[in-house]
Amino acid sequence: MRRFSWFNATSLTVGFAFLYLPMLILIIYSFNESRLVTVWAGFSTQWYGSLLQNQSFLDAAWVTIQVAVASSTIATILGTMGAYVLVRGGRFMGRTLFSGMIYAPLVMPEVITGLSLLLLFIGIGLDRGIFTVVLAHTTFSMCFVSVVVSSRLVSFDKSLEEAALDLGCSPFDAFRLVTLPIIAPAVISGWLLAFTLSLDDLVIASFTAGPSATTLPIRIFSAVRMGVSPEINALSTIMIAIVTVGVVTASIISKRSSLAQQRDEQAAARAT
Amino acid sequence: MAQTVFAPWDDPQAKPLIQFKNVTKRFGDFTAIENLTQDIYEREFFSLLGPSGCGKTTLMRMLAGFENVTEGQILIAGQDMAHVPPNKRAVNMMFQSYALFPHLSVWENIAFGLKREGKPKAEIEARVDEMLRLTRLVKFAKRKPHQISGGQRQRVALARSLAKAPKLLLLDEPLGALDKKLRQDTQFELMDIQEKTGTTFVIVTHDQEEAMTVSSRVAVMDEGRIIQVATPAQIYEAPNSVYVADFIGDVNIIDGIATRDGDGYRITWAEGQDPFIAKTQNSFADGQRCHLAIRPEKVAILAERPDDSANAIEGQIIDIAYLGNISTYHVKLVNGQMIKAQAANTRRLSRRTFTWEDRVWLSWTDTAAVVLER
Repeated sequence: MRRFSWFNATSLTVGFAFLYLPMLILIIYSFNESRLVTVWAGFSTQWYGSLLQNQSFLDAAWVTIQVAVASSTIATILGTMGAYVLVRGGRFMGRTLFSGMIYAPLVMPEVITGLSLLLLFIGIGLDRGIFTVVLAHTTFSMCFVSVVVSSRLVSFDKSLEEAALDLGCSPFDAFRLVTLPIIAPAVISGWLLAFTLSLDDLVIASFTAGPSATTLPIRIFSAVRMGVSPEINALSTIMIAIVTVGVVTASIISKRSSLAQQRDEQAAARAT
Repeated sequence: MAQTVFAPWDDPQAKPLIQFKNVTKRFGDFTAIENLTQDIYEREFFSLLGPSGCGKTTLMRMLAGFENVTEGQILIAGQDMAHVPPNKRAVNMMFQSYALFPHLSVWENIAFGLKREGKPKAEIEARVDEMLRLTRLVKFAKRKPHQISGGQRQRVALARSLAKAPKLLLLDEPLGALDKKLRQDTQFELMDIQEKTGTTFVIVTHDQEEAMTVSSRVAVMDEGRIIQVATPAQIYEAPNSVYVADFIGDVNIIDGIATRDGDGYRITWAEGQDPFIAKTQNSFADGQRCHLAIRPEKVAILAERPDDSANAIEGQIIDIAYLGNISTYHVKLVNGQMIKAQAANTRRLSRRTFTWEDRVWLSWTDTAAVVLER
């Protein structure tokens, strides 16, 4: 056991406070009875109730989920394909350029990505709506998927694919039956990453969404400009709760499976 | 009872299963295989032996279809393999890393190739069970690859590659990851399975002992070329070059000048010393440079000068390597050359005759050594 030290205790407290105090305040005030955000008037869950009555928030949430599911799914397919070509394609003309360009949107300021997409959509006469937001989100989140998947593919033993070919698989079957199941965790986490990115994107969405497709972040942002309401706090608390549950579940699952793997390997070593 | 010796390579009527015809393989500027021609026959256990980078793995990958031939032709059962992808070849490979599918159980791994053929379920089940019995894995059928030991994984890999009953099985350093004891057991198991199934095996290895144990023929490779192809005994007893003699087992090489003498040669190796006498089928011009290759176990080590030996030379023991069953003596000759001589330790340690610094006589017969041109 480590001995208790004041330095450790202080730095831990300050660090966590810095990270979580703002969220904690937001959560506490979402249960405030008062309409005034900064004045505590007693515990209440009324804002959660009124949130469910607020049709514009519900509509925005529905749009956001549609956009996030669609864009992250397309981004995962494209990003995985891109990663596969980059890692497995060997050398081809323009490979360096291609790999540089696929990562460029990662560091590109969102405002520029958003603006350029807006100009493109106007230029080709595409009406802005859910479809354009999906396209925009796909564009930038597929880079993230590609990074996650290619880092898994680099450590992937190529002879597994060769073994599949050797046993009579066509190249596509080898990918479907061997490569994909093995890299599935990376593909799934790529999808989750793309989903989260799409869920909380404000800048690109506000450039590319038309009046018919208001996403939740846009809705919250415009509501906040009129003044912060306790409803927003309640909504944010729900989002924090969803994310927390998701992260905790994912980490428990991965922890358990790695423990099980370790146990099995030890058992196998003993049996030798 | 007369037993026919398995030697289809000596039979001009025999049709080879695999034919390499002037095969060259280049990777950019690097030539991995250079103008190689070689036949391999059905039911053979053929070893490709050589140091890393000699092209043996490339040769095997070309057979499996993972690499294309730059020039020349590879024929399997008379059919040109040039544009046949790996999944369309009646060839299976056992990978060095085993390449077991980690997400599938042992049973599913073995069934993988059979399922691709679209065989009926009952037939697949029967074949997988047969393979599990052959490789003694019945107990582990439901386990995943990470739940079994290294030796068991190796057997799964073998079972998986044999399941489709290929005409030809390629084994890429199959036993490299196993420890020595397990490797020796597995070598015999491999030979047993090869005999039972009648499959042609081509094995890549850098372990000469392994090649000698399992093979019907060994091909010693160097820098993209096959230097010699012969049975293990021929390779060991009659190497065609210093390279082969040196690669397989331990050998003493003495450089000298050949002079014809009756049905053999006198080999002058140092000034003021009696020449060595050796009989050989190779022919040399008088005064031609040659190399006398002699195995340590064929050199006798004696306290006194022998009366009737063809070759005898005095020297001093510099070093003794004790290996349990045998000892290797490093003996320095007058010209500074070191000669290794092996003697079986038939007596207990305390009663051994020779020790460090002793002056001894080395001797060997006129047929013990091989005279080589290069």
